[in-house]
Parts: sequence; structure tokens; C-alpha cells
Amino acid sequence: MSITLKINGETRTLDADPESPLLWALRDELGMTGTKFGCGIAACGACTVHMDGMPIRSCQTYVGDLEGAEITTIEGIDGKAATAVQAAWNELDVPQCGYCQSGQIMAATALLSETPKPTDEDIDAAMDGNVCRCATYARIRKAIHLASDKMEA
Amino acid sequence: MLHLLQKPLEAAKPTRRTFLKMSAGTVGGLVIAMNLPRAAEAAAGDGELIQPFVHIRPDNTVVVLSKHLDKGQGTATGLTTLVADELDASWEQVTAEHAPSNPQVYANTLFGVQGTGGSTAMANSFMQYRQAGAAAKAMIVAAAAKDWGVPAEEITVSDGVVRHASGKSATLGDLAGLAAQEEVPAEPKLKTPDQWVYIGKSFPRVDVKNKTVGAPNTYTMDFQPDGLLVATVARSPRFGGTVKSFDATEAKAVPGVVNVLQIPNGIAVVAESTWPAIQARDLLEIEWDDSAAETRSSDAMMDELKYMTGQPGVKVREDGDIDAALEGSARVIEADFDFPFLAHGAMEPLDAAILFDGETAELWLGSQIQTIDHNVASAVLGIPFENVKINTLWAGGSFGRRAQADAHPVMEVAMLAKAMQAAGMDPAPVKIVWTREDDMAGGYYRPMSAHKIKVGLDENNNVTAFKYNIAAKSIIKGTPFEAMLMKDGVDHNMTEGAHDTTYAFPLMNMDQAYQETQVPVLWWRSVGHTHTAYVMETMVDRLAKEAGKDPVAYRLEMIKDDPRKVNVLKLAAEKAGWDTPAPEGRFRGVAAHKSFGSYVAEVAEISFREDGTVKVEKVVAAVDCGTPINPDNIRAQVEGGIGYGLGAILRNQVTLADGYVEETNFDTYEPIRMSDMPEIEVHIVASNEAPTGIGEPGTPPIGPAVANAIAAARDEWVTSLPLTKAGLV
Repeated sequence: MSITLKINGETRTLDADPESPLLWALRDELGMTGTKFGCGIAACGACTVHMDGMPIRSCQTYVGDLEGAEITTIEGIDGKAATAVQAAWNELDVPQCGYCQSGQIMAATALLSETPKPTDEDIDAAMDGNVCRCATYARIRKAIHLASDKMEA
Repeated sequence: MLHLLQKPLEAAKPTRRTFLKMSAGTVGGLVIAMNLPRAAEAAAGDGELIQPFVHIRPDNTVVVLSKHLDKGQGTATGLTTLVADELDASWEQVTAEHAPSNPQVYANTLFGVQGTGGSTAMANSFMQYRQAGAAAKAMIVAAAAKDWGVPAEEITVSDGVVRHASGKSATLGDLAGLAAQEEVPAEPKLKTPDQWVYIGKSFPRVDVKNKTVGAPNTYTMDFQPDGLLVATVARSPRFGGTVKSFDATEAKAVPGVVNVLQIPNGIAVVAESTWPAIQARDLLEIEWDDSAAETRSSDAMMDELKYMTGQPGVKVREDGDIDAALEGSARVIEADFDFPFLAHGAMEPLDAAILFDGETAELWLGSQIQTIDHNVASAVLGIPFENVKINTLWAGGSFGRRAQADAHPVMEVAMLAKAMQAAGMDPAPVKIVWTREDDMAGGYYRPMSAHKIKVGLDENNNVTAFKYNIAAKSIIKGTPFEAMLMKDGVDHNMTEGAHDTTYAFPLMNMDQAYQETQVPVLWWRSVGHTHTAYVMETMVDRLAKEAGKDPVAYRLEMIKDDPRKVNVLKLAAEKAGWDTPAPEGRFRGVAAHKSFGSYVAEVAEISFREDGTVKVEKVVAAVDCGTPINPDNIRAQVEGGIGYGLGAILRNQVTLADGYVEETNFDTYEPIRMSDMPEIEVHIVASNEAPTGIGEPGTPPIGPAVANAIAAARDEWVTSLPLTKAGLV
């Protein structure tokens, strides 16, 4: 059936089963592949996008439930926190394989939007759902602190 | 990973014949006509300099062609560093792409075929890529000299700009077309280390920008050409099972499903996109024939391994009559270790795409051993080698998983393409996507293993004899690599890091025994060292304790003839403050291990939570990997290697119940997460030695360093992993 979604500020209409995951609608129907498939069970965070600014797992979010919601993906993030996060990620060379990093950046951006000066405990709580098998965690932590400083500057 | 290829190849470079033999086995005895393409020749493009390892384009971009798969380890950046340095390009103008598959041009010089693994990328490319950069620079300079009518010796190049004292200047891009007409110097002059501008410094990764904006067309999973079909494959849930019968009626009724086809290893659901392919597969009704399948539990398999370690095995090292030496010792320390199957769990599940038109085929995947993938595709499709093109894409991790002896993802996608053709479907690009469950329950694990140790001590607690029996499924025995890599019937891959120890034991014997099982096994970040480092370094800690000596001091006494290991051990100890007491409530453990030519020592500092579980607070590492090419990437690889190894020893294992895999996703195979990650310090030894590996060497020491820290608190060494089994996680 025809479903209308608001993604990255644009209204997009797609022909999809309302019970299909947002992840596959983004990737396969809309060709926005920055949001990644990692586990399919909301256990790794690679598919993290924002719904009304909150981080959600798009592999466990169904397109039929998204009427009226504002979805933001890695392709569409901007604003102070996102800019600072992406700059910090580049400055510290955070990514290795990089496959999880869209989700990490979405989660970190959501954290800093809510909590501009996060503690290490805040970071643990906000980022524990995002797996990085290259274990770039130490740099992600540093980059979040760096992004926080950049936002203040 | 593939470092096992090094040893035989150093002795005897593979001939075409040995490689043919190796490849033939990968497709069940098919004889492959291996027609190697001609070596790529320097070609003059339109205003472009095209050399095998570097292209300089008229728009002034310098593209370095990485013959190695970059799966996160930073190789593309490393190779770019080598070329950019000798070429004197500016860092802003350089970029990297994966090279085509061509074993004559792009072979790993340590393997003889094009492939990545064993932390060899820098080691085998260090001279080759510098020479490529230097040759391109010489051609640029020669072209400028002719164009400007000045002597070449008076021309300088720096930061991408070519200059002459007369005031003439040009960019590399300006001169690329003219340079392409110059002869390629056979032995271009290389810089001396004091002239290096990028090597030894830390310039940013060439791939970081794309990886922070979700750029398209980076990974195979994102490959979406027009008309792409996506397939999932139902494979036997037990290893070695085959399809007896199946009913696809319901699966075919799912909207978006295009076809359901049987291929040799299962049933493929071909759909217009991924979700219907995943959904419809669940609706297949398949009866499996398990008559040849592994139906045991992993517990039963471990019992067998433990039994095997109590029996004489294949001799790996035999210094003398060990049983007599043990008999004559004042006392004997014994220990039995058991380690589980481990999955690689790279973030990007396996995937591969193909377009086959009946005569030619093009593939897209994170190809780790291009030459094998290329030959297997050619053999399965029955088309000549030169009719196959492999496009290597960036891989979302591998840790060994994409370096298969049997090229099974390529084999499968090629078989699917053939089945589609046989079914009368029009040629279309098709991509097989592995779900996380497919990837994790699909085998190719780090083998489970059992280890039996007996150490004889004299009255003064000096070691008299060290007896080590190991049992595991061999990664190479029974595979196409066997003919090349097993020497005198011994799989040294299984025992690396132990049989070649530099600890000064007066007598050491080592036996190995091979378990037979249908469960496929594979190299997992640091291969044999994943288990031998744990055994050796926890045993040495015990021996230090028996001798009443400090663990660092004891090791230093025992590795006197291994100066580089001495050096990293001293450095890690110093930086960790080993000579000062650990902070209240914290305990330290140390381990030092050489792998892939590199030396790493790690000091782990742990605490215990109120519930008695272990928290690894801090790790201080010292590493000597020869000439450091990009120190920041070395730090990144050691940080990641520590995290990867730590996650495994804390709580990872793949178990089987009646042959069925029990951990199939990240809910049960729980990866290391942010809150588990210790603070890490990495110290790099300054060195002029040839560069050696860094993708793997950070991993082996972390397990024993943590175990030794636990023992510092409890006086007991954990011998069965993961630590969850001992209630420590």
C-alpha cells in the first residue's frame, strides 16, 4: 500500500507493506544506504535513525507506525550537534571499518542534543546499544567529549 | 590470518602449478584452467598517468590503487602514505581505490597470490609502493625537464607542486599526461628515512570522510545497481546437511519474490529487494538430510578434544625425552585449558554480488583473497579467467572471515547466477545477503581447542621440561591450503606462538591432534595466537609465582635472547607503573607476545564489581612493529585489537546443541560494548626495522594479561573461556 513518510525534511511516498521495517524502506525503496543493516533485532544499533530527534532502531520500527513522524537519517543530519560530532569523528579518525559509524554518529548526535556536556556515565548509557566490532569505543568516547567542547566553543 | 602462507612461500614461491592444485580443491576437484591476464602495462590515458599502483589525473587527484582489501585496518591509508611520500604529493590530493584482481601485478609478495591477511599488507608492500611513488615522481620530473628545457636535477617536488628556480611551476596533474610518455624507471631512487614527509607521521585516514556521512557505494551491502535482485539462501542448519526436499509454494507467494531456486548448498529466494527475500525464506518448507551432518553438541566435541590431548599426537617440536625429564623432575605442574568456538561477527554480514551474462561475469564484494575468488567464479561459471572481473569494495570488518580457502560466498553467488540462467531468467545483477543469523550460525569459526600442559620443576623451581599437547580442528588440513602449507604433516598454524616460543625452557615438546568435524573453521584475528598466547602467558605467570618472582622480572630472565620482546615488556611495565603498587582495589596482570613479526606487551589493570565480576579498567600496551608508517593507525589497531580480544574472553562462545548453533545473533553472542571498554594507552617503539604487522598483534596478549590480573587477586588462573563460565562476567 502507499505510505507517506517525512524523511530528512522531505515528504516521500512509497509502496510498502506497513509492517515492513523502516530500515529496508530507507535502504531498498529510497536508496538511502547510509543507515546500515547489522543484526535485524535491535541489538547492535547500526540502523539507528532519529524519529522526532530521538534515536530509534529502524530495523524494529515499522513504516505503518510512522505517520506524522519526522525521520532523520545520516544523510540528512545537520545542526550544531551533528556538525560537531562529524568534525570530531574526522579529527580523531574514529572509524576503522566504518560500518557501524552511521549509527554511532546518530546516537552521539542525539545524546549531545539532549545533554551537551555528557559524563562518561552518560556516554555509557547512551552508546551501549551501538556495537562496534572494531572496538573503536575509546575514540568514540573521546570524540563525544571533543564534540561537546566544539559545541561550546 | 593468512600469515600461514608466508612460511612455505619464503622457502618456495608458489608456482602456477601449486596454485592450480590449491584452487582445484576449492571447487571439489574441478580442474581450473587458470589463464592469468597479461600484466597491466603503463598506459597513456587522456592527460593521465596510469601506473599499476598509482594514477595521476588531469584534475590533480592522485589515486593510489590498494591491492589489499581495506576492511578497517587502515591499509588503504598506509599504502597511500607510501606512494604520497615518495611522490611528494600533497595529502589533500591523494585518495585510494581498490585495485582490480590481477595476480601478476597485485600479488601479495609473501603469498604469491593477490590476498590480504596475516597482517602482511605493509610488510609486503613497503618497498613496492614506495618504488611506485618514486617512479611516478621520476616520470613527472623527466616530463617537466623536457617541457621546460631545464635539467631534471634542478627540479624539485614538494607538497604536490613541481618547481624550477627559473620560476616555472606546475602541479602533478598538469604534468601527468606528459609524464605518461616517459619511460618507467626500473629502479627509482628512494628517499632516506630523514627525507620522509608522511611515513612515521599520522595523516588522516583516506576513508574517514565517507565513513562519517553514510556515503553510498562504500560497502557491498550498499551496492544497488539498477535492476538489482537480492537473494537469501536457506542453508542446512546443521553443518554438512543437504536438502532432501523442499516446498516453496508459500515463499513464492510473497510479493516481491521473483524466484526460488535450488543451488548445491541450499535454497535461494530471489526477490526484488531484501525484506521480501528475508521474509519469504522463513516460509520455505525444507526437509534436510543430516546423514553426513555434525550432530554432536560442542560439549561432546570438547570431551573428545580433551581426550585427544591425553594421547600422543603429531610431533610439532621434540627436543628430547620429555616424559623421562618430567619423571626426573622434583615436581610437575599440570594444567588443562579449553577454549570455545568464536564467531568473527564483523558488523557487515557477509554478502557478494554478481552479474553474469552467460559469457562474462562481474562481481562486487569485499574480496580478501581476490585470486581465489576470481578462480572460483571462473570455474563455477565455466568461463575463462579473463572473462571474470572482480570489484573489491570496502568491507565492514572481516577479522579473517572474508579470507576463505573455499571462497564460499563467491561460489554460492556464482552458483546462483548459473541457476538463474538455467531457469531462463534474463541476466540481472544479484546480491546474496547473509542475515546476522546466517553469518553467525554459518560456521567458519575460530576452532575450539583443548590444551594439556605439564611443566617439570627442579628443587629451585627452575623449569626442567615443558610438555604441551593441543587438540583442535586444523584450519588448513583437508582444505586446498593443505598441500602448500602443511609441512611434514604438521599444521604450524595451530601451534604458532608456542612451539616457537623464545622462553628459555631447557626441554620442550609439543604434539598436536586434529579433530574431525563438519563444522568449518577459519582464521580469527591472530589465528593460533588466540589460544597459544593465553596458555603460554598464563603458564609463565604461574611459573613466576612458583619461583617466587615478579612476573615481569621472571619473564625478562627467561627471554634474554629476545631483545625486542624484552624492550616492549620493559616499556609497558614502565608506562604502567609496574614498580609501584596498583591503586586500591585494582590488580595488574602482564603478558607479552610476538605475532606476525611484531612484539606487543600489555599490562591490564582490573577491579571487581560488588557482584564479583571483573571490570577491566585500563590497559597499557607497548608495541614494536618495525618502522611505524602511521603511528595513529598503529594505536587504533592496538586499541581495536585489545577490544576485540577482550570481548571474546569476557563472554563470547559459539556452542552447538545436537549440531545446532545456539548463539545466532548479538543478543546471545554479546559483543564488547562501550561500557566494557577500558582506557587504553599505546606506546610505540621507535624502530628502523622493516615494518611488520599490526592488524592482529594487539589481540593475543589481552586475554592472558586480564587472566593474570585476576590471578593477582585470587591466586587462581582461569583455564576455561569465556570468563562467564567462572562467574567473572
